[in-house]
Amino acid sequence: MARKKRKVPGLNGSSLADISFILLIFFLITTSMDTDTGLVRRLPPPPDPNQLEDDVKVKGRNVFVVQVNMNNEIMYYYGDESSRVSKAGVQVSELREIAKEFISNPENKPNMPEFHPADPPLPILGVYPVTKNHIISVQTDRSTQYEVYFQIQNELMAAYNELRDELALSKFGKHYRHLDPESDEALAIRGVYPLKISEAEPKKYGGN
Amino acid sequence: MGKFNKNGSKEVPELNTSSLPDLIFSILFFFMMVTSMREVTLRVEFTTPKGTEIEKLEKKSLVSYVYIGKPTKEFRSKMGTGTRIQLNDDFAEVDAIGEYVYQERESMAERDKPFMRVSMKIDEETQMGVVTDVKMALREAWALNIVYSGGKRQ
Repeated sequence: MARKKRKVPGLNGSSLADISFILLIFFLITTSMDTDTGLVRRLPPPPDPNQLEDDVKVKGRNVFVVQVNMNNEIMYYYGDESSRVSKAGVQVSELREIAKEFISNPENKPNMPEFHPADPPLPILGVYPVTKNHIISVQTDRSTQYEVYFQIQNELMAAYNELRDELALSKFGKHYRHLDPESDEALAIRGVYPLKISEAEPKKYGGN
Repeated sequence: MGKFNKNGSKEVPELNTSSLPDLIFSILFFFMMVTSMREVTLRVEFTTPKGTEIEKLEKKSLVSYVYIGKPTKEFRSKMGTGTRIQLNDDFAEVDAIGEYVYQERESMAERDKPFMRVSMKIDEETQMGVVTDVKMALREAWALNIVYSGGKRQ
């Protein structure tokens, strides 16, 4: 009696390539590429050597100064000499609210920045009153700790971001961070609240 | 007769190994991905500060790095424990930053040059004097887009 042939069929391995590709794609997606993150700033161009005085006159009411001394103690002041508001021994977390009030000047106070009609007119919002001349300046001592400086920069950035968010919500019903950065809406919001944190060289100031 | 029949009708067929290269390739790719391709060996230690308003940097090819911190253990005997600046693979002084920026800019494509960014990875404990000097040097070298590198705080 002839024995029954029981040939085991060869394993079909043609789909193994697909499996390995799936694995490859999985790891491609899940592996983070270690991208760098941080606070983005722009420095002013270097001073022109032919220019004798590079002190641009800025009205006192337009300047908000945050000073940090060698002991990492923070103080701020703003306004003209006649109506100056200053406070020493400030916590980093307090800066956000004060910076927000200064930048937007909701009550049109005389010791906070004045409004100018936007020029050229902003997209969508048109001729909108803007505190475009305001400047926030962070001055440090040479022995101030970098961590403190970074946290101050972070709080100031947060002030801008919150103002932009509030405006975007009231005008367009969307958070600023959800707008396309190149869209007209985002341009208008940035036009109303331009980032004006001065990165100029530190000035010597007394007491430290 | 039948018991001398050796035509192998009962042998288990050989395992098909034609897809083994694929497997090996996928493992290879995996290791290529997870190995971080750090271009420089760090000679300074630093912990960057954490903030809430952190932005992600797109396009790694546009970013150059300046590291500021204390020398790592193996270099402490030579360099001390003071704050040091590292550019590329070696310690540097503030005056070398101009040359470094120039070289980094030359290695970029012409159309990318205006978008060059310098990311400063600075230790929390660093004193602002060093940071200010570096910033002034960057300003002199027209590297005006800077980043205070830091992680996200929850």
